[in-house]
Amino acid sequence: MTRTTRRVLSTREAYGRTLVRLGELSRDVVVLDADLSSSTQTALFAERFPDRFFNMGVSEQDMICTAAGLSLTGKIVFASSFAIFITGRCWEQIRNSVALPGCNVNLVATHGGLTVGKDGASHQALEDIAVMRAIPTMTVIVPADAVETRKAVEAAAWYDGPVYIRLTRENLPVIDCDERPFRIGVGWEVRPGHDVTIFGIGLMLHAAIEAAELLAAENISARVVNLSTVKPIDEHIIVRCAVETGAAVTAEEHNVCGGLGDAVGEVLLRRHPIPLERVAVRDAFGRSGDPKELLQYFDLTPQAVAAAAKQAIARAKR
Amino acid sequence: MRTRDPEQLRAIARELRVSILRTIHQAKSGHTGSSLSCIDLLTCLYFAEMRHYPFQSDWPGRDRFVLSKGHAAPALYAVLHRWGYITSHDLARLRQLESITQGHPDSRRCPGVEASTGSLGQGLSVGHGMALALRGQAQRVYVLLGDGELQEGQIWEAAMSAAHFRSAGLCAIVDANRLQIDGAVAKIMNVEPIAAKFIAFGWKALEIDGHDIEQILGALDQSRANTETPTVIVARTIKGKGVSLFEDKVEWHGRAPNAAELALALGELGEPPAVTEP
Repeated sequence: MTRTTRRVLSTREAYGRTLVRLGELSRDVVVLDADLSSSTQTALFAERFPDRFFNMGVSEQDMICTAAGLSLTGKIVFASSFAIFITGRCWEQIRNSVALPGCNVNLVATHGGLTVGKDGASHQALEDIAVMRAIPTMTVIVPADAVETRKAVEAAAWYDGPVYIRLTRENLPVIDCDERPFRIGVGWEVRPGHDVTIFGIGLMLHAAIEAAELLAAENISARVVNLSTVKPIDEHIIVRCAVETGAAVTAEEHNVCGGLGDAVGEVLLRRHPIPLERVAVRDAFGRSGDPKELLQYFDLTPQAVAAAAKQAIARAKR
Repeated sequence: MRTRDPEQLRAIARELRVSILRTIHQAKSGHTGSSLSCIDLLTCLYFAEMRHYPFQSDWPGRDRFVLSKGHAAPALYAVLHRWGYITSHDLARLRQLESITQGHPDSRRCPGVEASTGSLGQGLSVGHGMALALRGQAQRVYVLLGDGELQEGQIWEAAMSAAHFRSAGLCAIVDANRLQIDGAVAKIMNVEPIAAKFIAFGWKALEIDGHDIEQILGALDQSRANTETPTVIVARTIKGKGVSLFEDKVEWHGRAPNAAELALALGELGEPPAVTEP
């Protein structure tokens, strides 16, 4: 089983539409944005529920703490901006005003990763997963398509505690089928295989699936697992895959420091060490370019994932 | 215990000063100057102005208070203790491992604490979020800021948005005691004119003597009567107010009195010089 459909959809639009649905379900749902509502698609909610939408202007720090105050007064809060501004500029606001008091604030960041493209390095969040993961009690989710985005946003709305959801700007093919239940902290096998496991998130899950197809042509059977919840990470599935396939690769549109690769590596090292290769940006800033060019430039391609898989298998055989 | 009689409020404030000093002395750590400068303001808020209910600290109809200058936590704890939110035992465990009276207020642990604060510059935004959530209802939100804290840029983001959303349910009180850790606010990074800045952002601003109970009550009345814009009360205070040894001295920002200093202070406050509590 690989893809259930070839539909290509925007995760941001899925986010905006889900907000509207949630707004219909509960009058307590409120949404904040920092002057990017048309980009983050929170504008869909703003149009429908103007009384419950607050455009805070270009002041992200105020937005995050205002969200905390709304949450402390019983609201179900979503706050959005680009990933770099939420997680970079507001890290300490998130730590001290949102996570420390245990606020149910859902931070949904769009434009995560390299593929923001031509805006260049200043706008490319390649560290957001690492810094959010380091905050105690923070849940970190990186959905791989529009359907999973909808499910993750719905789950976050009713989840007790702060949640960070990272979306990409790119439209993505749909992998997740509507019937599959989504649970925070649970990974799932997208494609079976027994020689190596490729753990992917977000846009790179798609590269992982293509890599598995490339490997299949060389008679290498690669399992693909979606680890969309990077924290708390699904230790169970990681260990099971390690035992069953003996070699692993992680694939993420993020800096190599502190992201999915490290999260998986920590589990493996502690519970079942096997060779692990990490496909990620190799400790560098991004730069301007077309999304496809950039993925090529930084070696975030199906070919690179397939090569990493072969390397992991070779190390396992030594 | 609730009163609008200035004499009674002054008596309560005196008791709370004693409580603050004993607590900080026992903990051997805490912010003496900042707690004493804001205690008359807190007394008026908690004993005259705000609706709150100690036996159900999460009563939805309560007014909210956010201590943005979270290092003045001993002042808040003294108030919460006198109302019965927390016990003498909790006070005695200020800044101890696993106590509900953490060094800076922690809303998860301590009943009556509305927001976890301590990192300066964030409380006004949090309070404004509460005011937005309570729009159209009777509850009001009070945020206590320090004048040094106004150096944080986020304060002015919040000042902008509260005025933009016409959040009349929000009242900010600046405990303008003129000192910060490294020295005089005017010398480190001048924040004056405070009232004029808030007025420029669209707030109603009042300036008062922050130790004059009648003036504080009057300003709180005016704030409640203002249904058009958020209100800021710039309260001119003296750091360490009430004890000559501490007054207006920057070294008492974050220092605890030793036994001799405590005895001297309690004497000035007209309190028998008992050093430890049971």
